[in-house]
Amino acid sequence: MNQQNALYTYLLRLGDSALIQSHRLSEWCSRGPILEEDLALTNIALDNLGRAQALLRYAGEVEGKKRTEDDLAYKRGERQFYNNLITELPTGDFAYTIAKQLFIAAFESLLFTELSKSKDDTLAGIAAKTLKEVKYHLVHARDWCYRLGRGTVISNSKLQHAVDELWMYTGEMFEMDEVDATLLKEGIAADLAPLKPKWMEHVTAILKDADILLPAGEFMQTGSRAGIHTEHLGHILTEMQYLQRAYPEAIW
Amino acid sequence: MVIAQPRSKEDILSILSTIKDPEIPVVNIEEIGMLRDVVLHKDRYEIILTPTYTGCPAMGIIQQDILATLFFHGISNATVKLVYAPAWTTDWMSDATKEKLRQFGISAPVHSSCHNFHSAQPEAVICPKCGSVNTSLISQFGSTACKALYRCKNCDEPFDYFKCH
Repeated sequence: MNQQNALYTYLLRLGDSALIQSHRLSEWCSRGPILEEDLALTNIALDNLGRAQALLRYAGEVEGKKRTEDDLAYKRGERQFYNNLITELPTGDFAYTIAKQLFIAAFESLLFTELSKSKDDTLAGIAAKTLKEVKYHLVHARDWCYRLGRGTVISNSKLQHAVDELWMYTGEMFEMDEVDATLLKEGIAADLAPLKPKWMEHVTAILKDADILLPAGEFMQTGSRAGIHTEHLGHILTEMQYLQRAYPEAIW
Repeated sequence: MVIAQPRSKEDILSILSTIKDPEIPVVNIEEIGMLRDVVLHKDRYEIILTPTYTGCPAMGIIQQDILATLFFHGISNATVKLVYAPAWTTDWMSDATKEKLRQFGISAPVHSSCHNFHSAQPEAVICPKCGSVNTSLISQFGSTACKALYRCKNCDEPFDYFKCH
């Protein structure tokens, strides 16, 4: 695999995860449990959308076929998306979204710390910017884990249920293949292997403080690196891409 | 036909300093730290802009404002370039800018860009209305991405806090 192809795929993976996560979070708009959370979740959605825009724009430049970030977001099919599966899972209840946010933000804080040192200047720039935003996402998720976990019997059980359900989607975030290997040699990509124990330590500490038990299951779901998704991604794309599919090249 | 005279970098910057942040109309885009530079090319002026947040919805409006303002001053050969590095930080705001924010009712960032992941909340956020430090966080995310929502326990007023970044 040559470096250009590897970087293009790598950027799609990062960009797609941000895009799909943004879409899921935006589903909370006007449905938040309280007004402040409605604002918080949509603000986080906006951060993700901005990140997706920057990464997909750069992916288009690297690909060199004059595709814009909009072309990449709206004109690829399900099998051409490479977002981590955890980002496409349904919104669920509030505890489910918070558990998802905790797992993702804890991972991203480590990932973008590494990527901000990338030898690819554009990627490093986007990563440094993203890191500042992810820090707030992590604090937001952590604080809600404490409130839900130490709240009532019901809020604790809802968070516990969410953590148990989502656990098997956390392993995939750390998967690496030849794309990563090609870019690691050049100092462009992040080595995810050493990040996993750090992530585990951080997440374990937060869940313990929130009176939540760590799931025991070791089975981990996989597929997104090869474009294999859960049934949910197709439904997201159906909604997200509707306008560009129905009215190609529409602008406003 | 009027042939436009070449403008200096200072000229361009002074024209652009009339453009306000659409979300916080008391500070201009230079004071907030978004306007980074003007590069004079042979055939055009390139305005270097950095977003406050990656998803800041005001960016599109600001880019349009820049081109429209320059056009109004007879400059049609300008382009805007977005750069991400160095990443925008609230450290670029001067004390005078922070005072303008306070008078507008927004509490200014307390300490320089916090690197510690576990303490994104500053120790003492000052109420912009009464100056009390007896305040508490309502929500990490306020009316815009760059602000958090606080409440003053002294004068009972809710207020926006410009998060350090």
